Amino acid sequence: MTTTLANIRREFPLLARTVRSKPLAYLDNAATTLAPRAVQERVQSYFSSCTANIHRGVHYLSEEATRQFEATRRKVQKFINAADPAEIVFTSGTTQSINLVAHSFGQQFLQAGDEVIITEMEHHSNIVPWQLVCAAHGCKLKYIPLTTSGALDLDELPQLCTPRTKLLAVVYVSNALGTLNPLPQIIAQAHRCNVRVLVDAAQAVSRLPIDVQQLDCDFLAFSGHKMFAPTGVGVLYGKKELLDVMPPPYTGGGMIAEVTLAKSTFLPSPERFEAGTPNIAGVLGLDTAIDFITSLDRQELQHQEDELLHSATAALQAIEGLRIVGTAEPRLGVVSFVVANVHPHDLGTLLDHEGIAIRTGHHCTQPLMRFFGIPATARASFTIYNTPQEVERLAAAVRKAIRFFT
Amino acid sequence: MSLDIHTQQLYQQVILDHNRTPHNFRRLDDFTHHSEGYNPLCGDHIEIFMQVLAEQTIEKISFTGQSCAICKASASMMSVLLQGRATGEAKNKMQLFQKLLQGENMTKDALGKLFVFATIWRYPARVKCAALPWHTMRGALEACSLVSTERGN
Ligand SMILES: Cc1ncc(COP(=O)(O)O)c(C=O)c1O
Repeated sequence: MTTTLANIRREFPLLARTVRSKPLAYLDNAATTLAPRAVQERVQSYFSSCTANIHRGVHYLSEEATRQFEATRRKVQKFINAADPAEIVFTSGTTQSINLVAHSFGQQFLQAGDEVIITEMEHHSNIVPWQLVCAAHGCKLKYIPLTTSGALDLDELPQLCTPRTKLLAVVYVSNALGTLNPLPQIIAQAHRCNVRVLVDAAQAVSRLPIDVQQLDCDFLAFSGHKMFAPTGVGVLYGKKELLDVMPPPYTGGGMIAEVTLAKSTFLPSPERFEAGTPNIAGVLGLDTAIDFITSLDRQELQHQEDELLHSATAALQAIEGLRIVGTAEPRLGVVSFVVANVHPHDLGTLLDHEGIAIRTGHHCTQPLMRFFGIPATARASFTIYNTPQEVERLAAAVRKAIRFFT
Repeated sequence: MSLDIHTQQLYQQVILDHNRTPHNFRRLDDFTHHSEGYNPLCGDHIEIFMQVLAEQTIEKISFTGQSCAICKASASMMSVLLQGRATGEAKNKMQLFQKLLQGENMTKDALGKLFVFATIWRYPARVKCAALPWHTMRGALEACSLVSTERGN
């Protein structure tokens, strides 16, 4: 497939719609991405030609659905270069993936007095599960602090890792600021201290090629709906040696080896972690989303996206009274900002009235907002189908909003 | 400057004026009642200060904080409306205002200038912004120190 912008945009039917009589400028891709036609058709095909439960029927449709479902697992394995398909667990999204690890790793490995490290940059879904698990097991939760530009202050990391530290959970690309964290350095440091590492790759997965063996992370979580697939499907990658000894967080059908009235034994990973009927249509949609991504010239697209972010940052920075929040480089796909005397909520509303969709609020990162001393930001986030014209409209609409409120 | 119809309807001139130059936008040093209101979804954060005399009149009322134009204008107009009124009357006005936010018909003079909020029900995402100062005011009267639009425990 050629990667010209016009061709890519044609694959996303929703881009053609108008909002409030204006052409839609969809700049909220960090919240969720749109789905290309092929993904929509694949989801539809599950209902129109291959509806069946998986892993249980002997009939034709069930075998067909099972085959497609398991083929997706191998596709995800290849996509992130995992060593074994059993290391790929389907979940409902990043949130469930992280909760699964917090619960299950916690039960197996955390004891009173142990420590878990996260960062002040995390999404709530990578904070709250650790708070609860640490409270339940009597562990201490420690945070890697931030620098004023919005980077992790990694000078603190060596002191934070102690012999009692069992796990470090860190976001790859910040959803609120766009900061790309230096994972190789963080993971190497953690492993030197025998600390396991979970990576929240929700924002990274559509923007960077991911190789879990090269990264050497122990767990990695991401969501389908931030990489052109449907909502309600996600992935947990975990090293087999860990998954195989972690207890199942939920139990039920599809995950047992044998159930007697006295007790049950469990299947190994991944089935152990996939109790109940999964989101089969969503998983198939994820399969096609991966095909879509890998069919593109990712390097070229990354370059285009970087250019777009760069020009958006420059155009916004030139506006008097506007301050970019999070200036640490490198940044990927996200620019967050605040405007003197215009609350982000009002800014978001005025932009909406221009057909421009951005996110305003705390972006599920309240500790980060508190660090910067602000209640909220406006955030524009870009992906492969955004255009330089949309960046111009964004900057013009922000200027118009400032004139309106002053 | 060409303005979108929705923009005009939501941000009426009175609201813009109160946002730019709010009334009673300051801290009271001699307050008897105080509460903090928070909308975690959009980041509105305000504090209400009141001086209530023994006979239950609101002698002074003021507010501070960082909030959107809708919330700030609502707080500003509320402070003007409630100054000098009995606390029971303040609670009655709040009930009226809540009905207004839900799009109920009412006579124009029941709430004075606050009638400009009569169209806000069309913008569901903003109803909480307009309501926050009032909930916070009631919180202060009922000695509740923190009010959130998203109830938690
Ligand atoms: C960095 C990050 N982590 C986690 C999540 C949670 O993802 P989901 O809501 O798909 O579970 C998000 C989504 O906003 C995110 O951006």
